[in-house]
Order: sequence, then C-alpha cells, then structure tokens
Amino acid sequence: MKEVILIKNGEIALKGLNRSTFEEILIKNLKRRLNGSGRFKISRAQSTIYCEPFDESCDLDEAAEKISKVFGIAAFTRACVAEKDWNDIKSKAVPYLKNILEDAKTFKVEAKRSDKNFSMKSPEICMEMGGELLEAYPHLSVDVHSPDVTVIIEIRDFGAYIHAKQEDGAGGIPVGSGGRAALLTSGGIDSPVAGWMMAKRGLEITAIHFAAPPYTSERAKLKVITLCEKMSEYCGRIKLIVVPFTEIQENIREKCPEEYFTIIMRRYMMKIAEKIAQNEKCKALITGESLGQVASQTLGALACTDIACEMPVLRPLIGMDKEEIIRISRKIDTFETSILPYEDCCTVFTPKHPKTKPRLNDVLHAEEAFDASEMIETCVNNVEVINIG
Amino acid sequence: MKEIYLDNSATTKVSQEAAKLAYELMTENYGNPSSLHEKGLQAQLSVEKARKQIANTLNCDENCIFFTSGGTESNNTAVLGGADAAKRRGNKVVTTAFEHSSVMESFKELEKRGMETVYVLPDKKGEISAKALADAVDENTVLISFMLINNEIGTLIPFDEAVKAIRKKNPKVLIHCDAVQAFGKIQINLKKTDIDLLSVSSHKIHGPKGMGALYIKKGVRITPLIYGGEQQKKIRPGTESTPLICAFGLAAETAMRELKSGEEHLKELCAYFDREVKKRQGIVINSPENGTVYIRNISVPGYRSEIMLHGLENMGVYVSSGSACAKGEKSHVLKSMGLKNDIIDSALRVSFSKYSTMEEVKGFFEALDSCMNKIIKVK
Repeated sequence: MKEVILIKNGEIALKGLNRSTFEEILIKNLKRRLNGSGRFKISRAQSTIYCEPFDESCDLDEAAEKISKVFGIAAFTRACVAEKDWNDIKSKAVPYLKNILEDAKTFKVEAKRSDKNFSMKSPEICMEMGGELLEAYPHLSVDVHSPDVTVIIEIRDFGAYIHAKQEDGAGGIPVGSGGRAALLTSGGIDSPVAGWMMAKRGLEITAIHFAAPPYTSERAKLKVITLCEKMSEYCGRIKLIVVPFTEIQENIREKCPEEYFTIIMRRYMMKIAEKIAQNEKCKALITGESLGQVASQTLGALACTDIACEMPVLRPLIGMDKEEIIRISRKIDTFETSILPYEDCCTVFTPKHPKTKPRLNDVLHAEEAFDASEMIETCVNNVEVINIG
Repeated sequence: MKEIYLDNSATTKVSQEAAKLAYELMTENYGNPSSLHEKGLQAQLSVEKARKQIANTLNCDENCIFFTSGGTESNNTAVLGGADAAKRRGNKVVTTAFEHSSVMESFKELEKRGMETVYVLPDKKGEISAKALADAVDENTVLISFMLINNEIGTLIPFDEAVKAIRKKNPKVLIHCDAVQAFGKIQINLKKTDIDLLSVSSHKIHGPKGMGALYIKKGVRITPLIYGGEQQKKIRPGTESTPLICAFGLAAETAMRELKSGEEHLKELCAYFDREVKKRQGIVINSPENGTVYIRNISVPGYRSEIMLHGLENMGVYVSSGSACAKGEKSHVLKSMGLKNDIIDSALRVSFSKYSTMEEVKGFFEALDSCMNKIIKVK
C-alpha cells in the first residue's frame, strides 16, 4: 500500500502574485529538512504539496515529525493512495484505516471531489464508504456532529487519497521568504524563543553569541550550540558566530561606573552585532528582550541600547510574560538546556544596583571612559563560526 | 602544560592495577557469578573475594556487604529502605543540613511520604557535635543519617562518640552513615562502632565509577529499592558487575594498606597549603580546623567560583566550586554554615589524594596568584 504525506499551505495561500515564490521556498525547505529520512519526491498541485516516498528506505514517521516543525504549513496528513476507481478505493480504505478505527467508537466520512469527472458525487461517496466501514468494523456507529474519527476521501487530479488524521502544522510562513536577521543569543530562555518566533515569520537566522573566557566557559558555549541545534529543527540551518568579548567586558568593569555596566555592555553588543550582521547580509537584529523583565529591559534602558545601532531591532517577546515565554521554550524543547546554570556574558559582573531609568546623556558620558573602536574591530575580525543544521 | 588534578573528592584516577583487573574480568574471567558452570563459579569466587576485601577494610562480616551502583544508590537504599522498614516504630527521621544531595533528596522524598524530617545545622565553623546529633533524636525517631566526612568542606564528625550518644537516647533508631568521602581515608571499625547502615563508593579511592557498597548490619531489615533475581539476598538483585566489583575490592585493599602513610603525607601537604593561604591577603579557609586533610575549601571574595575555576583550568589546574553533583548550583553546605554570599559565591574546593604532590600544591598557588592578577574582580 502506497502512503504519502499531503501538506496544506497556511497563510501562503493568501499571497496573491507572490504565492508561487513562497511555495517554491517552502518546497526547498522541505527537501532540505527531509534529508536523512530517505528519498522523497516533493511536488505541488491544487494548493497541496505532495510528499511521496521513492522507496522502502523512507521513514514516514520521522518525515511527519520533521514536517510538523516546518514553518509555512497549516496542516498535514498521512494518506493512502488509490486509483480513481471505487473498487480500489474501498479495498484500500478498509485495511488502511484499521488501527485508527479499531480504537474509535464513532466516525463520519467526508468527501472532497476536486476532480469533477469522477463518476460518483460527494454524498454518494460518503454513504458508500460509510457502509463499507460499518460492515468491516461493526463496533462503530456514525456520528456526523462530533465523531471520534473523520475519514476523508479526496478525489484529486492524479489519484484518490484516503486519510483520517489531519495534524496541525507549525503555521507561519516559510523560513527564508522574509530575508535574514541576526539573533543575539546568550544561552538563556528568551533568545531561542525570540529566534523561533521570527523564523516563524519567514526570517532566516544567524545567531551571534558573546563569549568572555575565562569569565564564561566552554560549557556555556556548548550550551548555545545545543540551543541552536534545537532551534534549527524549526529555523533550518543556523550560522552561529561566537564573538570574543573579554577585553571589552574587562574594560567596562574597570573603567565605567558600576550602575551603568549592563547597559554599556549591551550597547557594545548591539554595535558589534550590527557590524557582523551587515557582513552577513542580515537586515535586522533580533533580541529576546521583554519589557520590564530585568533592569536592562525597562523602557528607559531599551531606549539607550536601541540607539546604539541603526539597524532595526526586532523584539518579538517585548509584550510577553515570562510564563508565556517559558511555555514556548518547553514546546520547542529549549527550556531544559536554557536553565543549565553556567555563567554567560550577561551574568558576569552584574551590578548590585543597576540604573532602571538611565539617562542617555549619562550613559554616553560614562561610555567615554575608554575608546573601544579598536576593540570592536578586533571582536568583529576574530569571530569563530560554527555551522549548525 | 602539566596537568594538576586537585579535585579528588569529585573523583579520582583509577589505579593501573584496578583497571588491569577490571579488564581481566571483562575479557577472561567474564562469567556470570550466578551461572552453575565452572566459568560462573570462577566469577562468583572473584566477587566473594572482593566482598571480603571491602569487609576487611571496615572490620565487619562480609555477609553484611551489598554491592550497589555507587554512593547515591547506597544512600538512597539506606535512607528510603531503612525508613520504610522501620516506619511502624515512629514517624521521624533526622539528618544534617550539609549532607550530600543523594541523602538530602531522599529525605525530601520521605517528607512527601508523610514523615517528619529534622535537619541538624552545623555551627559557624562548619562542625556538628555528637551532642547536637543525639539531641535531635527522640523516641519517635526511626532513622538518623549523617556523613562521616563532609564532601565540600571536610568536616570530620566525631562518629564514634555520636553513635554512642544516639544509642543512649534511643537504642532502636537506625543509624546510617554516609562514608563516601571517609572510606579509605580514616579508620572505620564496625565491630567497635555500632552503625546499622554505611555507604561507601569506589571512584573516590582510585576504583572505577558506577560501583559502591552498602553495609547492612546483621539483623537490620530494609526494604529493597530494586526487585529482581536472587542475587545478593534479593536486597540488591541484578547480575553483579564483576569487573567493577573486583576493581573496587582491590582499590579498597590498597587504600587500607596505604591509609597511614597517606595520612602522614597529606598532613604535611595540608599544613603547607594552609601556610600558603595565610601568606596571601584576601583568601579565607572555610574548612574547619580539625577537618580531614583531604579537603580544603577556600574563598577568594570578589572572584566568582566558576570564573576562577576556568581561569585555573586554563593553566592546567583542576579544582571544583563545590560538589560536582550540584553542577554549579549554590552550595547548600556553605549556606547552612551561615556564610555570607560573597564567600559562598567565591568558594573553591581543593581536594587531594594520597598521590598528590608538593609540586602540585605549589603549582596550584602559582596559578591562583596569576589568576588573581589577571582576572578582574566582581564588585
């Protein structure tokens, strides 16, 4: 019995003339993501993407798991393929639906007949199939309002498809359809969630991590690599850029007033990230900031860091509560890694009483304590690049 | 760069002889001790030899030794299994506030099961007296668990005195001792000290990881944690890990043989260590004065433990920021002593083995000085 995965586009269907561009990107993403789960033929027709295994080596369970994490998909389902011939359809439907119907009490049948040349009309298909299934599985009864299982028979241009378990896709629009942006990644809970949210809106992600050995350790870096690996299941390939940040942090710690330490550090991070982002052809920066979460994320503090760079800064978590952020981080499986207790560049040298309402002029004045322009260049020129996914 | 490993309370290097013996048990004498044939008998004899070796080091009957997967399992079995078997006699269990997490978490589990738990606090110096332990025990107490040597600061609990005082207060209470850090480093004579349950571990004394033992006094009943075959009187079923058991037995025997000479050597090393600390400004010793010579816990306020640890590591020196089992969490041991946050945040545990050398301790201080110069202080 031949089984395929049918994929329904989400929001893409609403894109007017650009629709095929979006679909092409989605197909390219699917092909890349399914790499390693066997050879699949991926094609589109009638606003559906068909994912057909070439041979026995294809792992459909694994493929379905991967597809559930690809942005740009509203729903997907595994389906049994039959000839557009009623005898073939019913002889395949009965065994194919065995597992799911044996566990159910009630069911109904829906027909979608996009090929109007098929000899039977939709109500007729439903009735006939309902009868066949009732005969084969006599414990079932029909419930058209809230059935345990809805069996769907689709008569399409290239064949008939039988399925009964449509699953939600990841939603959003295909990664890459919106360009590329650079995500500032510390290793905490927020940044992977921020990256996930922007990838969901079509952005490709370049991750920038600031490391400050010996204040931060090899384990902190490995933690960020693990987080990027988990993100890449949704976001696709991620280029992780590790910036050697020790010198600047030490200078700030030694020369700037303590209460401004975090803000000045974040301003330098933005400046360096912007330069790297430009080199990497990114059009924006992404941060995991959430308004009021910590002293450096008050409105006043954000105003001071925001002005440090010209590139737009996307802050998808800005209006979210910590609980909401944690819920997503659990869903994308980054939470357990994020809470590993290693020092990162943001937790080293945290001031006891940071300014929550800093004035830009004071910050700029404090920042003049040393000239960082050469150090910034050194940072940008000495990054370590790790390709993930 | 020469490696200076001073984290021997986390784990030790396996001795060549123990590793060789384990290899032999894996590749030659590989039978299942429960098999009826000759190959099985050979394996069984090897396991029984190791059991005897462990029993000798504790001066107890070998039938009282049960092999486990390590200190954590021994502690869990003793605390949970002991309290369960004795629960009809009362509802209270006592321990100290600075136990290893495997005892702490077992006590939290007992709390969930409805038992009343009491945690005896150490004093400011990090010591707990025999009287303090005995005072916490009453007629409703079914089990008391305390460590002989604290794993983070090296406190030596006067266990012989404590056991006597506890027995006087309530002769029926089950006494469990976590001897993971003490085994092979101080004399434990179970004929003389009336302990009911005692946990030991292999990898702290140059044996392999994943191996430990629990001593259960004759006549003491505990509920097993694991169910299975007939091995080890059903107290700890499962095919015996012959390579690890035999390597452990050998390591324990060696540890006992070298106990005296090791202690002499470490006394010297430790005295030198303390003198060097006193020479320097801004370093404090958190270990109690008459604690074990195997562990020194110090703080360098202003330098966070994790940062200092990585700074030292860059120079080939390995120490720890506390218990390795806490994976970087704040030390509950130092908190229980009522130490200030800047001391807790900057604590370093330096732990020796009998094979540690004066050269290594010198190397440690050289690296420490260099780090204190190079690394910028946290305010």
